[in-house]
Amino acid sequence: MKLGKKIFGNAIVSFTGLCAFAIIGVVIFIMITIIIGGHSKMSWGFLTKMPTEGMTAGGIFPAIVGTFFLVIIMSIVGVPVGTITAIYLSEYVKEGSIIGKTIRFAVNTLAGIPSIVFGLFGLGFFIQFVGVNLDKLVSTPGQLVWGQPCILWASLTMALLTLPVVIVSVEEAIKNVPKELREASLALGATKWETIIRIVLPNSITGILTGCILAVSRGAGEVAPILFTGAAYFLPHLPTKLSDQFMELGYHVYIMSTQSTNVEETKGIQYATTLVLLLLTFCLNFSAIYLRYWMRKRAIT
Amino acid sequence: MMKPHPKSSFRLHEFLAEKSIAAIAFVSFIFIILILIFIFRESLPLVLGKAIDDIGKVGLWRLLSLSWQPVSNSPQYGLAPLIVGSIKVTAVAVLFAFPVAIFAALYTSTFAPRFAKEIMKPAIEILAGIPSVVIGFFALTILASFFQKSLGLQYRLNAFTGGMALSLAVIPIIYTVAEDALNALPKSMREASFALGATKWETALFVLLPAATPGIFAAFLLGLGRAFGETMIVLMATGNAALLSGSLFDPVRTMSATIGAEMAEVVFGDAHYNVLFFIGVCLFVFSFTLNAVAEFIVRQRMMKRFRGTA
Repeated sequence: MKLGKKIFGNAIVSFTGLCAFAIIGVVIFIMITIIIGGHSKMSWGFLTKMPTEGMTAGGIFPAIVGTFFLVIIMSIVGVPVGTITAIYLSEYVKEGSIIGKTIRFAVNTLAGIPSIVFGLFGLGFFIQFVGVNLDKLVSTPGQLVWGQPCILWASLTMALLTLPVVIVSVEEAIKNVPKELREASLALGATKWETIIRIVLPNSITGILTGCILAVSRGAGEVAPILFTGAAYFLPHLPTKLSDQFMELGYHVYIMSTQSTNVEETKGIQYATTLVLLLLTFCLNFSAIYLRYWMRKRAIT
Repeated sequence: MMKPHPKSSFRLHEFLAEKSIAAIAFVSFIFIILILIFIFRESLPLVLGKAIDDIGKVGLWRLLSLSWQPVSNSPQYGLAPLIVGSIKVTAVAVLFAFPVAIFAALYTSTFAPRFAKEIMKPAIEILAGIPSVVIGFFALTILASFFQKSLGLQYRLNAFTGGMALSLAVIPIIYTVAEDALNALPKSMREASFALGATKWETALFVLLPAATPGIFAAFLLGLGRAFGETMIVLMATGNAALLSGSLFDPVRTMSATIGAEMAEVVFGDAHYNVLFFIGVCLFVFSFTLNAVAEFIVRQRMMKRFRGTA
């Protein structure tokens, strides 16, 4: 009886361990297959050349540039809004108040909305409502400038999607700023606003950076929100204005592996593009993890 | 002479700063409302029965048809194949991901030696950080062939393959929430169980796991929501055929994948367009409900339990 129980116990412990290590194994396996499939195609030329011969040869330069512009515009809009929301939640709102709870609930809900719904919203709100009405105001009649998919609307949609990421990580950083610093500042006669600007924000700059990096990583990886808000299959030139369409890495992977006419022939390009995207998000995530670790360590000491 | 009360010294720029910060903080809230309004607005003609296609007027009753053929001579907008598709894929994903993630969380929070914990944390963060399009690509090229060969399947891309790929995206969420719930249990609970002579695994299975039920239920709901709404993985790995079948190994098309695949080619403003937005409303309402339940009921119950008031 006792022995049976011991065996059962060991079996349970081993089984839970197996589950944990299976997850680690799958992560390693995914990375290795993508690296093996994509490394031979990777070269400086692949990263810096335009696609050629009907997308079956050449590089992915426009997709990299498009992704870069997308996350930059997204950050310019999303990070300030997210940071200010985090400041409000941690500095102004009283714990447990209705306003705080409402905003927190909204942020959590926003984080849980499927990304394809953001895409629909981008189409229905930014393009069909804001864009179309903007065209009525500023463009020559009958011409579509803003009332169509473009990089601005895609970036704004993505900013909305990544807002919760920014808010959560900035809030954590602000909480790590010692209370004594605030009190010292207030005691010296600084107002609340001055304390926030001069003391709280400079001390949580790492957290803001972390939030920004995590948002960029998420934004670079999401494809569903930009499917019909601005991403394009192929463009002969790079985006030069906010109303241009753009190519994007994740969208490139999707379109090359499912919609292209010669899927087999472009396997190398698909793997290499996936590898670029994976490396990009991997590096971003790791620097965010490192920054957060550094921040926590500093908060303790 | 009496000094003025500190509260009476009104500072204009402080006041303005606070109000503008508050206004911006409400952006998240405002956009939740806007999302609801604007995706609903685009599906309104359908709800009112005024949507128009080549044949005539289209209303909600047309969604009850059993087939989804929006682009044909006699368009059919039956949601049944899509709903069944979503349910099949989500069920496979959650039924696989839930036990694996819960056991892994149990392992790292109770049994694991230090080094295993140190590896598990970044591994989960990496998995959570892998873009869904990369998981979709992995499923499309590697996983699909593997399952077809090992299980002898007729179709390369099917609900089962898509569901298994989707579970990779769901595991990090369930794991993280469940591990948080397990780690949040008071230490005294563990110690009391040990003091009564229970072994480590008995404590884990009969004390910690039951005590963390609300958190684990929340993990389940959040995982379910993620699986149901995920688009890119299912778009790439399920075969995208809107068949109404009971088999897990037939190709399927989910609700989210339908929007992703068809919205780019649709004529703006026609019935098909309205129907796709209506599917979006359904996805929004579903994820909103799951979130709200996870948030309010579950978290509050967990708090009460720890405080000893429930």
